[in-house]
Amino acid sequence: MANLKETFLSPILKGNPITVLVLGICSSLAVTVELKGALVMALSVTAVTALSSLVCSLLRNTIPSRVRIIVQLVVVAMMVILVDQLLKAFEATYAIDKSLSVYIGLIITNCIVMGRIEAYALGNKPLPSLVDGFANGLGYGLILVIVAFVRELLGSGTLFGFQVIPQFCYDLGYVNNGLVILPPFALIFIGCIIWIHRSFDKDLQEK
Amino acid sequence: MEYLSLFVKSIFVDNMIFAYFLGMCSYLAVSKNVKTANGLGLAVIFVLLCTLPLNYLLDTYVLKPGALAWLGESFADVDLSFLSFIIFIAVIAAFVQLVEMIVEKFLPALYSSLGIFLPLIAVNCAILGGSLFMQQKDFANVGESAVYALGSGFGWYLAIVALAAIREKLAYSHVPAPLKGIGITFITVGLMGMAFMIFMGITL
Repeated sequence: MANLKETFLSPILKGNPITVLVLGICSSLAVTVELKGALVMALSVTAVTALSSLVCSLLRNTIPSRVRIIVQLVVVAMMVILVDQLLKAFEATYAIDKSLSVYIGLIITNCIVMGRIEAYALGNKPLPSLVDGFANGLGYGLILVIVAFVRELLGSGTLFGFQVIPQFCYDLGYVNNGLVILPPFALIFIGCIIWIHRSFDKDLQEK
Repeated sequence: MEYLSLFVKSIFVDNMIFAYFLGMCSYLAVSKNVKTANGLGLAVIFVLLCTLPLNYLLDTYVLKPGALAWLGESFADVDLSFLSFIIFIAVIAAFVQLVEMIVEKFLPALYSSLGIFLPLIAVNCAILGGSLFMQQKDFANVGESAVYALGSGFGWYLAIVALAAIREKLAYSHVPAPLKGIGITFITVGLMGMAFMIFMGITL
C-alpha cells in the first residue's frame, strides 16, 4: 500500500511530467490562456492517461513488442475519441471553446500518455498503472492550472471569465499585460517554474 | 500566387513551433546538436508531406459528413468524422514505420543518433496537428494541402535547426545551475517565439 502512495505522489512533484520529464509540452502551452480551457484539458488528459494505462497494462502480456506502438496508439485514440465525443455533447452547456477540439485530438500524440504506457504500464500490474497514469495526469494538470492562473490573471484580469481586478485599478492606470497572452510567455514562464523547482530540488539540476 | 502565399504563411506566420507549440517534445529533446536536428527536421518534412495529402483525401472522400456520396444515394448522409483521429494516426504510424525502415537501411549513422525519436515521430504532435489543422482549414484541393504540409514541415525544420545552433553555443555560457539544460532552453524558445511574432499579420 505504501508503494501505491509513492506511485501516486512522485509524479506530482519529484517526477512531474512537465517540469522534470519534459513530456507533453506540445498541447499544454496553447491551452493555458484561460483557466477554463486549461482545466478541461487537464481533466481530459488525466482521464485518458489513467484509462489507457489501465487498458495497456491489462493487455501487456498479449501485445507482441513489435507492433506495440500501433496497439498503444489505437487504445489511446479510442479513449481520446470517447473524451472528444463527451466534450462535444457538453460543449454548448458549458460554453467550451471550439478551438480546444484540435488540442483534445492532440492528446493522442501527447508524450505523457505514450511515455507512461511505455515506461510504466507495460511492466506493471493494472492497479499501480492506473494510479501512475492518474497521478501523471494530475501532475500535468497542476502545472497547466498554475500557468493558466497567472496568464489569465495578468493577461485579461479575469479568472474563469469573471473580472477579478477591480475597475478602479484600471481607472488609476493599470493595464493588462498583452505579452502574457502571447504564446512565448508561456514558454518563458514554464522555464521559470523549472528554475524555481530545481533551485529547491538540487538532485534535478543538470550538469 | 495563392500557393506561394500559403507556403510562406505556413512557414512564418503559422509556424508549428512558435505559433502552436506542436512537436515540442522532440523539438526540445533532439535539438542538442545541429546535425541530428537536421536529420530529424528532414524526416518530419518528409512524413508531413506524405501523410497530409493522404489524410486530406481520406477526409474528403471517406470521413467528412456526406463524403461517401460517391458510393451512392444511400451513403449521402453518413458522417464518419468521429473516426478521423484513429484513421489519421493509423496513416501516420504506417508512414513512420516506412521512414524508419528506409533510414535504418540507407543512413545507419543517422538512425543510431536519432534513436528513440525516430519511431516517436509517429507521436510527434506536429504531424497529427498538421492533419487536424488541415481538417479545420477546409482546403480546396490536394495541392493546397501538400503546400501547407511542405510549408509547415519546413517551418518546423527551420525552428529546430535554429534552436540547435543556439544550444551548441549555450553549452559554453555560464547559466545559473538550476536553469541549466532544459530551463534555459525554454526561455530561449520563448525569446525566439517573440522574434517570430514580427511575421504576424503579413499577407502576400
